Amino acid sequence: MLVSLYRYNPETDNAPYMQDVELDIPEGKDLMVLDVLNLVKEQDPSMAYRRSCREGVCGSDGMNMNGKNGLACITPLSEVLKKNKLVVRPLPGLPVIRDLVVDMSLFYKQYEQVMPYLVNDNPAPAIERYQSPEDREKLDGLYECILCACCSTACPSFWWNPEKFIGPAGLLQAYRFLADSRDTAQAERLANLDDPFSVFRCRGIMNCVSVCPKGLNPTRAIGHIRNLLLQRAT
Amino acid sequence: MVDSVTNLGRSGVFDWMIQRVTAYVLALYAIFLFGFILTSDVNYETWSALFDQTWFRIFTLLALLSIGGHAWVGLWTVTTDYIKPTLPRFLVQAFCGLVMFVYLVWGIQILWGL
Repeated sequence: MLVSLYRYNPETDNAPYMQDVELDIPEGKDLMVLDVLNLVKEQDPSMAYRRSCREGVCGSDGMNMNGKNGLACITPLSEVLKKNKLVVRPLPGLPVIRDLVVDMSLFYKQYEQVMPYLVNDNPAPAIERYQSPEDREKLDGLYECILCACCSTACPSFWWNPEKFIGPAGLLQAYRFLADSRDTAQAERLANLDDPFSVFRCRGIMNCVSVCPKGLNPTRAIGHIRNLLLQRAT
Repeated sequence: MVDSVTNLGRSGVFDWMIQRVTAYVLALYAIFLFGFILTSDVNYETWSALFDQTWFRIFTLLALLSIGGHAWVGLWTVTTDYIKPTLPRFLVQAFCGLVMFVYLVWGIQILWGL
């Protein structure tokens, strides 16, 4: 099997290049892409990538495999391999620090913009803030995000305006707190989003939905935010 | 909150709504014209009779205004996506605005035959 890897070490390379590595994968065995990277790293320890939990929970190993973003640890070779070839590149649109490691500062900055925490002005009750099962259900499909950045870096609107458009991951979290019955800062949250870039750069092409390794739907959440903004303004 | 002064309505939801509403107006206008061309014998008499009616002039003016608003929101989005340096972007936006204004005034002149 041929693996083509994006390599770039700013200390030694003038420009990024693709490195081809031939690997022998045992017949009838379906490895995850992360396992393949580990095999490569055994041959060439200078290869850099992030990984931690290796089971799709931590969100560290988001990368672009044969043209589609995903988590290397839960992407089976059989799903991405084309003509026995695997091309691995870093997440698109973010600055590369080294090889497959990208600088996620802008991604986190946008995440921070949406105040990703519960705001409640009422005095804290003795034990906990109650929430009905129905209200809790509204957070399903929102809270599961692991911030791997696969969606935002698959979004052309985020590529063109990463410092102004919050991006699908951030907006999913924005709606997660807008939809929370315990949150009292809805007006402030919406006021922060009502500009032509933060939410409305979304053109609804749904790349985010097609790549999300957790099967979430940021486009739907963005639609809900738009409806809330519209209700607030009309 | 991102600041912007060159988009149509300053607020994101306003621009978004304008683009949707004008899209409906343009769709209605296009469907009507298409239907008119299909169902009637298009010649100078029928065409000028159609445009002689005040309601149709108003409808056409509404469609013209809608094209202006719709195109401004759309082209503003395209220019802010693809033209990163401020001066060229501003110049392109200004040019688009000028063209739209000329089309609007010219369209009014044609409609009311001044």
